Amino acid sequence: MPARRVVPIHLTKAATLSLNKACAIAGVAESRLGAVPDATVLTLQAEALAGALADAGLEKADIDGLFVSGAWGRLPGLQIAEYLGIQPSYSDTTMVGGSSFEFHLGHAAAAIQASLCSVAAIVYGSTQRSRKDRYIFQIRSDLGYQYEAPYGLPTPVGAYALAASRHFAEYGTTSEQLADLAVSTREWARRNPKAYRREPMTRDEVLDSGWIATPLHRYDCCLFTDGGGAAIIVSPEIAKTLDKPPVWLLGQGESVSHAQISEMPDLTVTPAAVSGKRAFDMAGVTHDQLDVVEIYDSFTITVLLTLESLGFCKPGEGGAFLANGRTGPGGEFPLNTNGGGLSYCHPGQYGIFLIIEAVRQLRGECDERQVADAVLALVSGTGGVLSSNSTCILGLE
Amino acid sequence: MADDELPDPDSEPFWQGCAEGELRYQRCNACDAAIFYPRAMCPVCGATDPAWAVSAGQGAVHACSVVHRAPPALADKAPYAVLLVDLDEGFRMMGGLAEGDPEKIAIGDRVSVTFREGPDGRPAPYFVSA
Repeated sequence: MPARRVVPIHLTKAATLSLNKACAIAGVAESRLGAVPDATVLTLQAEALAGALADAGLEKADIDGLFVSGAWGRLPGLQIAEYLGIQPSYSDTTMVGGSSFEFHLGHAAAAIQASLCSVAAIVYGSTQRSRKDRYIFQIRSDLGYQYEAPYGLPTPVGAYALAASRHFAEYGTTSEQLADLAVSTREWARRNPKAYRREPMTRDEVLDSGWIATPLHRYDCCLFTDGGGAAIIVSPEIAKTLDKPPVWLLGQGESVSHAQISEMPDLTVTPAAVSGKRAFDMAGVTHDQLDVVEIYDSFTITVLLTLESLGFCKPGEGGAFLANGRTGPGGEFPLNTNGGGLSYCHPGQYGIFLIIEAVRQLRGECDERQVADAVLALVSGTGGVLSSNSTCILGLE
Repeated sequence: MADDELPDPDSEPFWQGCAEGELRYQRCNACDAAIFYPRAMCPVCGATDPAWAVSAGQGAVHACSVVHRAPPALADKAPYAVLLVDLDEGFRMMGGLAEGDPEKIAIGDRVSVTFREGPDGRPAPYFVSA
């Protein structure tokens, strides 16, 4: 191949400071969560948006940027704008799975920096539990999926199971180590009144919960709930006028590597390896400076692979990193402090809730589960089948 | 797209190969990359119009999972194994285990391709221990 004429910008120095403090998160909120039979996917987004606006001290009329993701309806970006009565001058409907909202946060920062909008709303909702409008074990057979469809791999869980099988074989990772993450995450959920599963859970209960697809058990898998969430993203000028302390975006990176698990370049390295490096470089912080970490936990293995790819530990060390309650309350590495997708809620695309929890931790609003003196947080969303990742580093002034 | 719209223009030679007992893949005319699944542009170098080739059907298991909670259409077949196989020509694909104990197949095992009817009745590549 000839030498490339164009050097990718993410490999150049020019990118590293570009979104640092370009925007702040001014308000966050969930809708009702869990099983919400008396709501549509639009109801829940309106609930979440109203809560986030109140949290920010802003009004709907202030919104000029709208960031939407979902697989509901025909054209979600139009439907929700119409329902809410917003005519945004800037729209983004990036749909890369559950991580879409971390992508949105970076895109909102860029749009605000370019003066294309100044108050952006990120909204999400799902009624997958009550309305059965998303079937988790659905198998597609069109386009690239036709080469996987005959084999009956339940998606997405089976794809994550294949990645886990590879990590187990390469590094000796065990089900016990993954179970310990599920238990630590449950311990956080027990301290969150909004969490769906709050009863105590032991390692043995995870290991005895039954196979879904080896080596993943039922309790290695996230919940299947309804719910919505929203975040209000504002320009630095607006952030400084608001009552609550702004939570600044210090760094963000994103990467997409594949759509189907058979196409994943390396089953043990996620796109977080690319996006994380960019986020850290942009923020100018190091791993040991972080106070709290929120990592997408669609499955226990998702967290392990993401931690390794982000560089919190070396390849193969993720199992030991998670074991024995290290990530639970009182542990040395506070992780998924709301109880995560495993125990708090998981309405299909969970990424918005990572942002919500990080903001609340940095503002000191988390009561029983509060991480003391948290000023720096990392949020890392994974979507598809380990396909997409956006990592954001957030901090107080 | 429904099943009855398969094969599509990209996949027709592949599925025709399966019907004839051949595992077909593509090779890039420009950079020689092995390409699977079939497509109109080399995902490595961007050259168009890759050439078709026939695999010897020998490879090694790269990853495997035994599915216990199967999609409804396959519920009576569970537990069954799903594999990712690295073919010796340099490409990876998903496959099922055509015969044998799904709990016994392991990463690193050598396998060879065979063709069986998939759930939609079309012959598809499966694997057996070599």
